[in-house]
Amino acid sequence: MLDFSILTENWDAYLTGFKQTLLVSLLALVGSFALGTFLAILQIAPIKVCNWIGTAYVEFFRNIPLLIIAFFLYTALPTLKIQLDGFQAGTLALIIYTAAFIADAIRAGILAVHKGQSEAARSSGLTYIQTMWYVVLPQAIKIVIPPLGNQFINLVKNSSILTILAAGELMYQADLISSRTFVTFEVYIFVALFYLVITIPLSSAVRYLEQRLARTS
Amino acid sequence: MKKKNLWFALLTMILAAVVLGACGSEDKEKEKDSGKNALDTVKKQDKIVWGVKNDTRLFGLKNPTTGDIEGFDIDMAKALTKEILGDESKAEFKEVTSKTRIPLLQKGDINAIIATMTITEERKKEVDFSDVYFEAGQSLLVKKGSSIKSIDDIKKGTKVLAVKGSTSAVNIREKAPEATVLEFENYAEAFTALKSGQGDTLTTDNAILYGMADEDSNYEVVGDTFTDEPYGIAVKKDSPEFIAEINKALKTLKDNGTYDEIYKKWIKE
Repeated sequence: MLDFSILTENWDAYLTGFKQTLLVSLLALVGSFALGTFLAILQIAPIKVCNWIGTAYVEFFRNIPLLIIAFFLYTALPTLKIQLDGFQAGTLALIIYTAAFIADAIRAGILAVHKGQSEAARSSGLTYIQTMWYVVLPQAIKIVIPPLGNQFINLVKNSSILTILAAGELMYQADLISSRTFVTFEVYIFVALFYLVITIPLSSAVRYLEQRLARTS
Repeated sequence: MKKKNLWFALLTMILAAVVLGACGSEDKEKEKDSGKNALDTVKKQDKIVWGVKNDTRLFGLKNPTTGDIEGFDIDMAKALTKEILGDESKAEFKEVTSKTRIPLLQKGDINAIIATMTITEERKKEVDFSDVYFEAGQSLLVKKGSSIKSIDDIKKGTKVLAVKGSTSAVNIREKAPEATVLEFENYAEAFTALKSGQGDTLTTDNAILYGMADEDSNYEVVGDTFTDEPYGIAVKKDSPEFIAEINKALKTLKDNGTYDEIYKKWIKE
């Protein structure tokens, strides 16, 4: 049987880690969604330089490991006199990394919105930005909710990488508990359950949103 | 309907975890039995697989040009293997960290740990230790010119860097409860973090700190040691025959001068 005393005796540590993971995930979710949307617009904007910047960003950050970004922000930036602690560096790394995937998803969504929509908006006198903001993006995001949901779930799971920056989140706490108690089996099973507590409601929220928005269109 | 499915899925997962847990503890029982014959295992396979550090200067450090691990622990392991099995080439090395060494020993991936491991009462419940083969003590490493001169200078908010699973992380919390302790995967990462200004001081055994100061002369070891860290060789729990054999070999090495030779080669105080 599982030894539940690991859970009860280290409840405080698990809870601290859980709160920290939740906070990192929320900040990174909002941040990467905003940055990702911005990058998607850059990629399809009718200005060549913007397209180029957007595509370069997405291709670069989508194709390098998150670990490198996190370590770079944590240990390389200080040489440029920019000091970020584990929490800040980790959250920023998650935002930078996840935004590349989100940009890709949203760009696909924008392209899937019928061209007539933006043409109609433009001919009614809306500017390009207004057209994007009021007409195209709301429809595009609705289309890409399932892939966005997947990215957000990945984000929560990827936050475990912050353990190497001593950011105090779930995985870090689990590492500390296991090295203190020499128990590995239960410690990691329980930490997995804590992640599920975040990701399962998240995926059902995404599914709910998907169904609701499908009904309204 | 959907919601029901979800709860069902969650329940299945928890059940699976519990069942797996049951299997896990059975395995543990089995391993305990095989631990009794650790010496036989070693003799039968005609080699000793040693768990060693690969990131600890002077004790166990991977030489990037040759790919070999070098250091005090390595030379000791070779000399001990020569005493026990007759030939030092029968020593095999597997890289471990403070975090992975006990699980790897229990799984049977390694036969013995010689990896700057302090003998503690808590660890004695998990493994068997040999006699002390090195006397170390915990100390502090700081950037030259730091305001921290000894453990008394650690105040509230001082960031102390340590390594996950090490006794030094536990000790520093006791001796300087006000400090913020940040724990990293291994010494290399902890030292990188110190160099990047992520902490004010790095704490572990002085033997390891001397190695770091040796690597980068901008850093120095300050203050007296504030703990005793007797290093021991660890083997699987309940292996008295193997421990006796190791202790006998250790005594021979100390008597015939091999130990002093290896000591002088690596440790320059």
